Amino acid sequence: MMPEISLNILDVAENSIRAQASFVEIEVDVQPAQDILAVTVSDNGQGMTAEEAAHAEDPFFTTRTTRKVGLGIPFFRQAAVSTGGSFQIDSEKGKGTTVKAVFGLSHIDRMPLGDISSVIHTLVIFNEHIRFRYTYRFEEKSFALDTREVREILGDGISLREPEVSAFIKEYLESGKTDTDGGADI
Amino acid sequence: MKSLEELRAIRAKMQGRVGVRAENEKQTRVVVGMATCGIASGARPVLTALSDAVQEQGLSDKINVTQTGCIGLCQYEPIVEVMAPGKEKVTYVKMTPEKALEVLRLHLLGGQVVTKYTLSAAQEKAE
Repeated sequence: MMPEISLNILDVAENSIRAQASFVEIEVDVQPAQDILAVTVSDNGQGMTAEEAAHAEDPFFTTRTTRKVGLGIPFFRQAAVSTGGSFQIDSEKGKGTTVKAVFGLSHIDRMPLGDISSVIHTLVIFNEHIRFRYTYRFEEKSFALDTREVREILGDGISLREPEVSAFIKEYLESGKTDTDGGADI
Repeated sequence: MKSLEELRAIRAKMQGRVGVRAENEKQTRVVVGMATCGIASGARPVLTALSDAVQEQGLSDKINVTQTGCIGLCQYEPIVEVMAPGKEKVTYVKMTPEKALEVLRLHLLGGQVVTKYTLSAAQEKAE
């Protein structure tokens, strides 16, 4: 089991990367009034057939060959459903996949969101060939990081892994989150 | 909130200083397993610790930190593999950020394999 929601997000986004996505969109939406925390990860990767998608929630179904069990999706599903939330996968072969998990925000079994800014930073920095759009929403406020915009400003010659750029992205994510949720403990 | 416009200043500062660092065969590759098994056992902080240290110490020309999927040794995650050119691959298991930095200092910089953290040491202990 993952100790934090953010690590489930990392795990599912790694699935998108393995599915050869060139664009991954991640949304975290915290709505205290409705008592929900919703996470959506969508990609334009290779997608799954209806049969594969139906199997994705089964731990003993996997297409990889290094081991026989796949626990990523079952972990994420369990974490959401156990808080009175919901979990849904929509996928189309050749088009991409969308995973949506809704958590009961105040439910006692809801794991903390965790260090989401570090997770997004890790994804963005280590997968430069993939474009990401990350949106964090809290009540009415929101902020976003779109690496297409970052790339547009930087041009092609500068790697996101350059210390200055990497540090800027980290700070951008952290300050954006604090400005959006006022430092709420989620 | 910070503005992306600050990137323009960074870009201007870096202009002409460096091109994209191409991977080359003289680089040592350090690979962190980042599948479900790795992530669940704490691979993300290990990856961050290694990558930050490499950048802070200005080693990115020599050392390339990357991630990979499941290596097939889930019970030993987090796993860090070190692949130095012309040398056999060394697999470090059950890593933490602290142990990973020790590997960076002693093995990657000092040239000495940190035997106590290797897969073979862990397998011997298990027997």
